[in-house]
Amino acid sequence: MTTSTGNAAPKARAGSGAPTSRAGKAADYLDQRTSIGSAVKEFARKVFPDHWSFLLGEIALYSFVVLIITGIFLTMFFVPSMSLVTYHGEPASMDGVLMSDAFASTLHMSFEVRGGLLMRQIHHWAALIFMAAIVTHMMRVFFTGAFRKPRELNWLVGTLLLIMSLLAGFSGYSLPDDVLSGNGLRITDGVVKAIPIIGSYMSYFIFGGEFPGEHIIPRLFTVHILLVPGLILALVALHLFFVVLHKHTQYPGGGRTDTNVVGYPLFPVYVAKAGGFFFVVFGILALMGGTMAINNVWNYGPYDPSPVSAGAQPDWYMLFLEGSLRLMPGQTEFVIFGYTLSLNVLIPAVVIPGLLFTFLFVYPFLEAAVTKDKREHHVLDRPRNVPVRTGLGVAFLTAFIILALAGSNDLIATHFHMSINTITWVFRFLFFLGPWFAFWITKRICLGLQRKDRELVLHGHETGRIVRFAHGEYIEVHRPLDEQERWLRVNYQAHAPLEIEPATDSRGVRRKGYKGDKRMQRLSRFFYEDRVEPVSPAELAAAHSHGEHDALEGGTHAEVEAGAAVGGGRDLVEPEGGADERRP
Amino acid sequence: MSDNQNPRTPDGSQRELGHRDEHGVVGTFADPGLPEHRSRQADRDPEAAKRGERQVAALFGISVIGTIAALVVYFVIPPDGTTAGVRLSTLTLGVAIAFALLGIGLGAVHWAKVLMSDHEKVDERHPIASDEETRVAAVAELEAGVKDSGIARRGVLKGAVISALALFPLTIAVPLVGSVGGDWNVSKLKHTMWKRGMRLAIDPSGRPIKAADVTIGSVVHVIPDVPEEERQSHEWITEKAKAVVLLVRLDPRDIVSEQAPEGEDWSYDGIVAFSKICTHVGCPVALYEQQTHHLLCPCHQSTFDVADGAKVVFGPAKRPLPQLPITVDDEGYLVAQSDFHEPIGPSFWERLK
Repeated sequence: MTTSTGNAAPKARAGSGAPTSRAGKAADYLDQRTSIGSAVKEFARKVFPDHWSFLLGEIALYSFVVLIITGIFLTMFFVPSMSLVTYHGEPASMDGVLMSDAFASTLHMSFEVRGGLLMRQIHHWAALIFMAAIVTHMMRVFFTGAFRKPRELNWLVGTLLLIMSLLAGFSGYSLPDDVLSGNGLRITDGVVKAIPIIGSYMSYFIFGGEFPGEHIIPRLFTVHILLVPGLILALVALHLFFVVLHKHTQYPGGGRTDTNVVGYPLFPVYVAKAGGFFFVVFGILALMGGTMAINNVWNYGPYDPSPVSAGAQPDWYMLFLEGSLRLMPGQTEFVIFGYTLSLNVLIPAVVIPGLLFTFLFVYPFLEAAVTKDKREHHVLDRPRNVPVRTGLGVAFLTAFIILALAGSNDLIATHFHMSINTITWVFRFLFFLGPWFAFWITKRICLGLQRKDRELVLHGHETGRIVRFAHGEYIEVHRPLDEQERWLRVNYQAHAPLEIEPATDSRGVRRKGYKGDKRMQRLSRFFYEDRVEPVSPAELAAAHSHGEHDALEGGTHAEVEAGAAVGGGRDLVEPEGGADERRP
Repeated sequence: MSDNQNPRTPDGSQRELGHRDEHGVVGTFADPGLPEHRSRQADRDPEAAKRGERQVAALFGISVIGTIAALVVYFVIPPDGTTAGVRLSTLTLGVAIAFALLGIGLGAVHWAKVLMSDHEKVDERHPIASDEETRVAAVAELEAGVKDSGIARRGVLKGAVISALALFPLTIAVPLVGSVGGDWNVSKLKHTMWKRGMRLAIDPSGRPIKAADVTIGSVVHVIPDVPEEERQSHEWITEKAKAVVLLVRLDPRDIVSEQAPEGEDWSYDGIVAFSKICTHVGCPVALYEQQTHHLLCPCHQSTFDVADGAKVVFGPAKRPLPQLPITVDDEGYLVAQSDFHEPIGPSFWERLK
């Protein structure tokens, strides 16, 4: 940079002379106009950690790209219009039927356009995989605590992406204007009308008048191909910007800390792996689209307000709303001063999903508040080491799954020859009991796994080798953990409940904000009252020297469940790599 | 801000673990560092590396074959209009494209896993927060900008700018919102096209129904009897969405109750007609169980008892399906006595107003 400026040639390569190779010249041309050199220097060898679970987000991203590619194909042939036409052509069952242009063009692109049905099916499968990848990616982020500082905002971006994707899926699903999706719209209309005061007007707002009218398909088309994908693209860009800014999280292990990132360089390893993975995802979607029929709308026929088929399910990601609607008893509709308040629709279709999404939006901040942890976290948690978070996550999923199953209660009834009323009643109870039970058992499993970790660290692996001493005592030889194994099991922090200042100060004056603190403390106790501390070197040394580590129990925390149930008391440690052997 | 958060301390998170040290042992375990690198077969054995290279090349080769196959299939097996032909075209094209894509994908991944260096690299992280100096400078820049603009001392200007910016979106929003709702006449939700003397016709053929033709236990999907042209029009689907009716003939002795007020008769000789639009969220209630006289909505399983004034016996709906008062005309055709006496379909805030 210190060299000549008037001269057009040398800049980035002051020391090396003018580039002679073609690539060198092109790079020089580009760099002089874009300073791409610094970007390449910064990012080419950027390190990313490796783990299969990091691929979930990639699947979501790549299915989105596939959605765009196949979607562009579809827009070339789809006619987003509700004008009525009499269809002529294949399939024979639809020949001569009066239908909307939207439905007719869907048939046309499926039966006449080469590769049209394939693209439609890839598009639909990609949408289902897209949602599934987003949900599992969120599960990974949640259960490993990747949403902690500094990534809370990116968690919010991700949750917004989830909602946008639901919208994208729903708006696209309705476009062919078939009986099935038309009934989906009709349900949407019913839900919107249930909103107090403005419900009917919102219905008119959406449909341009009464349901179904003749505007909804063009409007959904704009929402589906412009508005929502535009927002998704912008949010994806922000999401990835944050990933680069924060650098990727990594799983715990030797040499991995909150101040470094261990992995392989972007170029060439991840260019090959991640780039290749895009083709793998696309390839599998193409295989699915080619071999598995989906949404054969000609079997349902064009939208008609009268017919509906039993066993009609929405796409999987909408099942929880459907199930929620099915479970709610009808007695909760009221008339107040002559106005109708349909709680039987509002609660399941607005309040319940509202609560579920609120949980997602709020959780990172809630956990930060009860933990009072202000540090940056880049090493992921093992789910067992945060039992209450893991329990809450599983409880959330349980609620979601129960609702989704309730959305399939008619299929369950016909497949297993059961009474649909009984199934519905069972799900009504399960919706309340299931998450609670799931929370409880998950937390217990986590605590159990933590104790198992303690036992392993303190006593080593069982080897199955039984040794008899001269005085007749039998003992099993244990093989101590190697450094890496041990580090994985001791390198975590068991948070303790918050401690707060007393209610009154030294002069007995009541402190402001005490009540809030108290509430937060109670919440914090819920999170961290039961916990298993990691083994300390002192404990390990004691376990080896005393054989009995009972003396160490009841240390700092009365409630600590540490190792209380661990071990039988005596161990013989196998001599391995050092003079660690001690006789009891 | 981040003074006491020590993200810069390498072992920040571990330090706290060491506090309870009662045995004179060092307070924490030491990070053992990166695990030892294990070389792969291809790192040690040139033959294995060669083999890996051949495998990668073969995978990319499969992709080329897949692409060629896809192009051939595109031209040779077009959809011929029959369902089977469309299926065949879709299947072959899809599988060929899958080979073209998976060849590239698996080839690249295999290359990375087998042949590219698998030595882990370590990058340092830096705290996300900018350092104190930068912050001070940033605040100073902002303050200088505020001072330049003079916004702080020009209160009127501030108010005017904020008002203008806050108001102008109305110029887009009001026309948009005003227009998208059509005529906004939501009272249309309360009425259907049924009127006195309008014949009941079979859906979808449009043939009027003679009372004598309806046998006991049978169920008929009904639409208003309108001319064929009207049923081909745009408006029809919206009218039909409100007007569809389900007609059932019961043994008159089975009828427990009806919705008709005292002194009126809304049924004809055991024939009752109810709105087909569920009072829950509006699905067509289409499944009729002859034995129990129950009507089941296939969407959310609201169940209505036709013999008992279509009262809800199970499910998420609250209100009975509105009954359409019917009778017969001079020629024996079933006709409506009037429109429904209450709004049909899902509840809405002002439905009773």
